[in-house]
Amino acid sequence: MSLLELLGYFNYWVFAIVLSIGLYTVIAKVNLVKKLIGLSIFQSAVFLMYITMDKVEGGTAPIIQKGMENQVFSNPLPQVLILTAIVVGVSTLALGLAIVVRINESYGTIEEDEILDAD
Amino acid sequence: MIIVFALFLLSLLVVTALAIVRTENLFVAVMLTSIFSLLMAANFFILDAADVALTEAAVGAGVTTVIFLGALALTAEREKYAAGGGRVAVVVVAILAALIIYATFDKPRLGDPDAPVHQHLAPWYLEKTPELVDIPNVVTAVLGSFRGYDTLGEVFVVFVACIGVLFILGVQPEHKLPPTASISAGLKHHLIPQVVGRLLIPFIILFGLYVQFHGEYGPGGGFQAGALIATGIILYALLEGEEEALRAIPRSVLMGLVIGGACLYGGVGLLCILLGGNFLDYSVLAADPVTGQQVGILLIEAGVGMAVCGALLSIFHAFAARTIRP
Amino acid sequence: MIDLALDSLSWVLLCLGGIFVLIGGVGALRLPGFYTRLHAASLTDSMATILIFTGIMLQAGFTLATLKLLAIMVFLLLTGPTASYALANAALQSGLKPDADQLGENTAGDAS
Repeated sequence: MSLLELLGYFNYWVFAIVLSIGLYTVIAKVNLVKKLIGLSIFQSAVFLMYITMDKVEGGTAPIIQKGMENQVFSNPLPQVLILTAIVVGVSTLALGLAIVVRINESYGTIEEDEILDAD
Repeated sequence: MIIVFALFLLSLLVVTALAIVRTENLFVAVMLTSIFSLLMAANFFILDAADVALTEAAVGAGVTTVIFLGALALTAEREKYAAGGGRVAVVVVAILAALIIYATFDKPRLGDPDAPVHQHLAPWYLEKTPELVDIPNVVTAVLGSFRGYDTLGEVFVVFVACIGVLFILGVQPEHKLPPTASISAGLKHHLIPQVVGRLLIPFIILFGLYVQFHGEYGPGGGFQAGALIATGIILYALLEGEEEALRAIPRSVLMGLVIGGACLYGGVGLLCILLGGNFLDYSVLAADPVTGQQVGILLIEAGVGMAVCGALLSIFHAFAARTIRP
Repeated sequence: MIDLALDSLSWVLLCLGGIFVLIGGVGALRLPGFYTRLHAASLTDSMATILIFTGIMLQAGFTLATLKLLAIMVFLLLTGPTASYALANAALQSGLKPDADQLGENTAGDAS
């Protein structure tokens, strides 16, 4: 495959790598706040994949001004989905952090193995 | 030439993600997450997604960092153990990454106009928006009118998250210490940030209102505007202190904003039923169907902006008003 | 002719701005101690901002985009140095003294 075709896949490879980094943080780290940070990295990688799919060569942002003929636009549909997903992600993050704060007050620690030992 | 810039930004993303995993200090990890969100926003802009870039920058790099810092002030500062899971996790994750990379070779390359995702539905939206809704920003038209149910569900999700955080953090712990004066007095000894902040906060709120009402003509809309206005008021709370901010905009007003926003959205839908159309069918709101669609989108964007602003501010106050750990 | 002069002037300004960003970044990594690093990093907020934005404004010509860029530049020039001041003040309040003899060791917090 030529270099240009390889470059076309670069976005997807970055998506795979950042996804696995986020997943590793959720699985392997024992600190609860670190796990939440890993979760938000995971979500951002998924957003990157969706927005990568919406680009059209030579296109521009899908804003139709008056008198613009023969203009190629990028796909508006993944953008709508990801707009919703970003706000929902922030909501779940806030809720998760509130639970972590309460866990810290009950158990005195936010390391997962210390919490499991104390139970 | 833009390709080189895009490749550079994507590599920076990977480097930042690796740095987040490896650092032990949680404050450093939160700051790096904010940088990660900003790099993501730049990437989205290069990929022609202007609305999404604005939302990611406002919500991800702005509000998420503040909420994380608020939670970190109430919990620990450092991660205690260096690396917990170890070998098995690395192997599993490496296999997953290899499988995904192998699977992406089947995907259409970046920017292919013949990709399946660009057929059928997207050209229909791009054609029909000037006829049926007649606003320049297609993303707002799809978000507000063609896919209005999804946005209604999203406003309800934000509402539920706000209520959930208020339930969880609204109960004070038993061993409550009185907050020391210097913490709750804000940045009283720091004159320069106060002066600059007072200069800038009106403009931030004005810009938030601009983004709200220009959502139909350019990138913008309810979510970004709500996050921007919430950021301006959080800046005021950081500079003047928690009690001052609560006196300026009390909690009852914030709850009223959240509930009012959600009810406005649902109310517009019910109004459409009462006027003879379907639920959230804005064509019946005015004499001309196209004007009706525009009026409907304006009203629901206002509802979304109010709900998001009130919810983010309530969540911030729930974290900030909690007693500092002894 | 005047177009060529404006174009090359904007090129020169953009390259100079890039060099200043590089100097600020290298300084933030290599200098010892917190306050010297902050001093180097604040170079990016002030000098590089002015150079890069003036370069872009010359490229944009007399359009609405130039006014918006001017507004963004004023905003960045107001908030960047304020942020550096707030950082330095927070460090001073929490006990980190600017010591002329320190070579990479810090007493309070970590300056990573």
